[in-house]
Amino acid sequence: MDENIIKIDSVRFHWSKKSSFKIFVPNFEINKGEKVLLLGESGSGKTTLLSLICGFLNPLSGSISINGSTINKLSSKTKDEHRADNIGIIFQQFNLLPYANVIDNIVLPLYFSKVRSANVTNQRESALNICKQLRLPDDIDQYKASSLSVGQQQRVAVARALIGNPSLVIADEPTSSLDTDAQQIFLDLMFEQISNNKSTLLMVSHDKSLAERFDRLIDINEVLTRED
Amino acid sequence: MLLKLSLSSLYARLVTVGMTVIAISFSLMLYMSVEKLRTSAYTSFTDTISQTDLIIGARASSVQLMLYSVFRIGNATNNITWESYLDIVNKEEVDWAVPISLGDSHKGFRVMGTNKDFFARYKYRGGQSINIDKGYLFEDLYDVVLGAGVAEKLGYDIDTPLIVAHGLQSFSEHDDQPFRVSGILEKTGTPVDNTVIVSLAAIEAIHVDWSTGAKIPGQETPIEEIRKMDLTPKNITAALIGVKSKLTIFNLQRWINEYPEEAMTAILPGAALQELWRVVGVVENLLLGISIVVIFTTLIGMTAIMFSSLSERRREMAIWRAMGASPRTVVGLLMLEAIFISVLSILLSVILLFFSLSILQPWIDYNYGILVNVEMLSLRDMYVFMTFIFASILVSLLPAIRAYWFSINDGMTIKI
Repeated sequence: MDENIIKIDSVRFHWSKKSSFKIFVPNFEINKGEKVLLLGESGSGKTTLLSLICGFLNPLSGSISINGSTINKLSSKTKDEHRADNIGIIFQQFNLLPYANVIDNIVLPLYFSKVRSANVTNQRESALNICKQLRLPDDIDQYKASSLSVGQQQRVAVARALIGNPSLVIADEPTSSLDTDAQQIFLDLMFEQISNNKSTLLMVSHDKSLAERFDRLIDINEVLTRED
Repeated sequence: MLLKLSLSSLYARLVTVGMTVIAISFSLMLYMSVEKLRTSAYTSFTDTISQTDLIIGARASSVQLMLYSVFRIGNATNNITWESYLDIVNKEEVDWAVPISLGDSHKGFRVMGTNKDFFARYKYRGGQSINIDKGYLFEDLYDVVLGAGVAEKLGYDIDTPLIVAHGLQSFSEHDDQPFRVSGILEKTGTPVDNTVIVSLAAIEAIHVDWSTGAKIPGQETPIEEIRKMDLTPKNITAALIGVKSKLTIFNLQRWINEYPEEAMTAILPGAALQELWRVVGVVENLLLGISIVVIFTTLIGMTAIMFSSLSERRREMAIWRAMGASPRTVVGLLMLEAIFISVLSILLSVILLFFSLSILQPWIDYNYGILVNVEMLSLRDMYVFMTFIFASILVSLLPAIRAYWFSINDGMTIKI
């Protein structure tokens, strides 16, 4: 069994020929179950790297393997399915569909992933259960996503990223819109859930102080080189 | 699930979407009412007279002859003499003939002199006959039969006395010879509704003391004496003619048009109605054109609204993508939205149309003699709806393609 959940080999990417922004990732690996913090300033290519890992962007050369399949060889349809099956994503902010209720937001990935929906017997119950563990209010299912506080929204996003047990959770500065106290609470809850699920976590941040919670700290500049 | 979320997304933008739906449904309704009026006007119009093979009158254009003899609009240039009429009637091709004498009026309604054959021979809407609603056809010299519209608008009933005015806008009245309503006809939706019908003899009778359009001063023949007179008309305005064999129509028409003793015109009612409709129809085509432009404009409006909502929905699309939705699904959602908006607009427009038509129908019928058919949507309407839905899918492609482009390129970045 492959121990790497993410394995990037000699990946080159740039937006267009004219673009000055060109990156090269010689080798980047994350093992299953690891919790990795990727540190980097804005504009360092973090988001581009995440987009490559999630399969939104295609490398020009090299290979990106996620949970055993080389995603840059997959058709775009299979790649979308692969993402739905394997990756839970948490954005910086505005994670939720504002018009949908909380439960619909949480179970949304199950609609796109047969694998993850197979892991969940009762979608609603399962969603409520995760919400409870994330200390969201008991009557959370009564709320529309837009009526929640930012902290609550981010926690709902965690619930959505974790439902159906995807093997990899990618979080792009999920705490940047929270104040320090809320950050700590949020991270505690997120880590607890990820540990329970035995998922791998790749979190991006520019905040070094978070490092102690993670198994490994990687500087973005060690992962990729800019080829200007 | 997708449908549910798509609907709640629309619901969240209720005001914008609602206004779009209202705008579209009003323009669709405009189009459909123009279309309904147009077809109803056309059927009402071309069904005004049927089963009459020829209409004859003094030399005039076919449209003019049609207008005054059937629609009672405008005036005859001249009369035709009773002798010429008899000449035509006695032709062996002629099966029947109904003389018509026009020129007088009552309170703005035209008075038409004819004989009882008129009621048997005049057909409309593909062979429907005129039926009497109340009373009886004229028995006495001074009996009148009213069209349904006249009786309704003037509030007349059987036995109501009335005076015929000389000419159309004249102050001189034939007040020495009052008439009495003997019968009221059923509504036909044709100009007959707005006609006061008397016998030809009555037209002669009220003009006994008149010469060249003016009353002879001092002369006043008593009614008893008039009743004893020979009231065979000297002139008539027009006549409706039926032939024994359709094959002879054109020969007879030519014979009448070339009649040496008097300048006459014979027209084929069907052809003249079509010709007349081409004149009237220009306006109608213009209206139709305008309403199509209105629909087109609304479609563009819908696209514009979709475009403008696109930038604020960019993050929403990124969420969809992150959850595993393919760019196609994102495009599909937008199309679904367009379809939903257009279907909703169509439903609303149909409701609006029937609501407004059922309110306006009696008014249109009363004022314009056009019976608007409110019952069913025609196959043509269905085609229009299908075309509209198709067109809205087509125009929603533009914002959808942009959304596709966004969702491919945005990836993890969420643009706000």
